[in-house]
Amino acid sequence: MGKQHHAINYNEKVISIKGLTKSFGSYHVLRGIDLDLFKNENLVVLGRSGTGKSVLIKIISGLLRADAGQVNVLGNEVVGISTRDLQELRRRIGFSFQNSALYDSMTVRKNLEFPLVRNQKNLKRKEIDSMVERVLEAVGLKQTINQMPAELSGGQRKRIGIARTLILRPEIMLYDEPTAGLDPITSMEINNLINSVQERFNTSSIIITHDLTCAKAVGDRVAMLLDGQFQRQGAFEEVFDTDDVRVKQFYDYNFTD
Amino acid sequence: MDQQNSTSAELPKAEPSIFKGFKQFFIDVYDVFRFIFRFFKEVFAPPYEFRELIKQCWEVGVRSLLLITVTGFIVGLIFTKQSRPSLLQFGATSWIPSLVSIAIMRALAPLVTALISAGRVGSSIGAELGSMRVTEQIDAMEVSGTHPFKYLVCMRTLATTIAIPLLSVYNGLIAMLGGYLNVYVNEGTSFTTYVQQFFQPLGYIDFFSSLAKATIFGFTIGIVGSYKGWNSSSGTAGVGKAANSAVVTAMFLVFIEEVIIVQITGWFR
Ligand SMILES: Nc1ncnc2c1ncn2[C@@H]1O[C@H](COP(=O)(O)OP(=O)(O)OP(=O)(O)O)[C@@H](O)[C@H]1O
Ligand SMILES: [Mg+2]
Repeated sequence: MGKQHHAINYNEKVISIKGLTKSFGSYHVLRGIDLDLFKNENLVVLGRSGTGKSVLIKIISGLLRADAGQVNVLGNEVVGISTRDLQELRRRIGFSFQNSALYDSMTVRKNLEFPLVRNQKNLKRKEIDSMVERVLEAVGLKQTINQMPAELSGGQRKRIGIARTLILRPEIMLYDEPTAGLDPITSMEINNLINSVQERFNTSSIIITHDLTCAKAVGDRVAMLLDGQFQRQGAFEEVFDTDDVRVKQFYDYNFTD
Repeated sequence: MDQQNSTSAELPKAEPSIFKGFKQFFIDVYDVFRFIFRFFKEVFAPPYEFRELIKQCWEVGVRSLLLITVTGFIVGLIFTKQSRPSLLQFGATSWIPSLVSIAIMRALAPLVTALISAGRVGSSIGAELGSMRVTEQIDAMEVSGTHPFKYLVCMRTLATTIAIPLLSVYNGLIAMLGGYLNVYVNEGTSFTTYVQQFFQPLGYIDFFSSLAKATIFGFTIGIVGSYKGWNSSSGTAGVGKAANSAVVTAMFLVFIEEVIIVQITGWFR
């Protein structure tokens, strides 16, 4: 059962990647990535550990530099972008980190305020508070506002991390393994959250995961990273309808352990 | 562009060569200078973050205040006690206050303060930024467009540059009190007389060079701690290494700077 499709705009590409390569020393992680993300689409990127999924979205957000290829994000060429333009662009992209990356010296409230007050000066206390409340409510964690990150569970941290990126009203969301290390029920809550974020905030998203339940629940389209390239792309059922052992393996291990 | 370079540390390329060490050394030096350059570029640019700066100054001050007080007093006391016998031989115990004041104000106070701060503040900056690096908190700041370099590195380094000279002055004054304890016990000199004798041999150049020295030490401690933390390698071991080498490197540099500055101020005397 795939998820319900909503108003994806296939005429508008928010991310367009062509021939992207990236190596670390002699290790070629990405070897010619071609990928498009359409407006309002949820794209799931699957792949085994160490295939370069995190590297890919770090390149998209300018945290790592591509060796070659084109990476166009919201009309900006990220390779060779100026620091100032990159700064502007990053505000339009939300990045949910694999390990949540909450600022552990700050309370939840300060975590959420941080991107806001540092990007928009002259905000009134009231405006800040109402924005913080709005995103906290969106992730369903209003009661944690005065807690420290260390006091939160893994699932709560993930959700606060997502809330923190939502506060700048991003157009694109990048989720790095949003359900990794969570129990099935919490995972399902996160999946629902990803879908509701898309509906509420009209975002286009790339969701990295090796959790096929998550892929099925949130993905409009699935792309499988194998040997540094997207070898298979399409609807969930299409991607796994193949004789390729590596793909089959991925499927089998996910549902039979 | 430097933003992209200086975020997640990439592994150096494998290169089996005897020049590798040499080359790496120059790459490191280049890296350090770029880091310092970036500090000066960003620290003077708006927005000015006074609140964060004051908070960091407070941290620097409070973290080492107790140690600075205790060591200052002990250094003053011990130094006075130890110089007494030699001066006694010449019947020159009345010179003790001026001897102590010169030793403390010119050399000991900035040095002691810097070494203690390197241990207390430098290591904690290294550890703090290092753990923020390895848990991707710095990356998270970077991707939300919040200028982490300015917020984290510039403010901490500026704080040590401001607070450590103040601590050094404080350390000197406390050491003066430590010296007085010994002088009072032996000669029963009144406090005002002692203070007069203490400040009498000191010229402007002594105050100025002492402050300048402490300022440079402060900057060194802040920038080294930040550099080590900012470029920390991944894993918890990376954080420990960052904190450790922040202390060792800063202490080493402080001594080198001490030698150089003593030479330079010597020319002005
Ligand atoms: N900054 C870096 N420096 C050197 N090598 C790196 C760096 N970042 C990633 N790599 C290497 O690139 C490869 C891909 O890493 P990446 O983190 O993208 O994997 P991943 O697909 O996200 O895996 P996982 O599912 O475990 O998160 C790994 O082999 C890793 O060692
Ligand atoms: Mg990853």
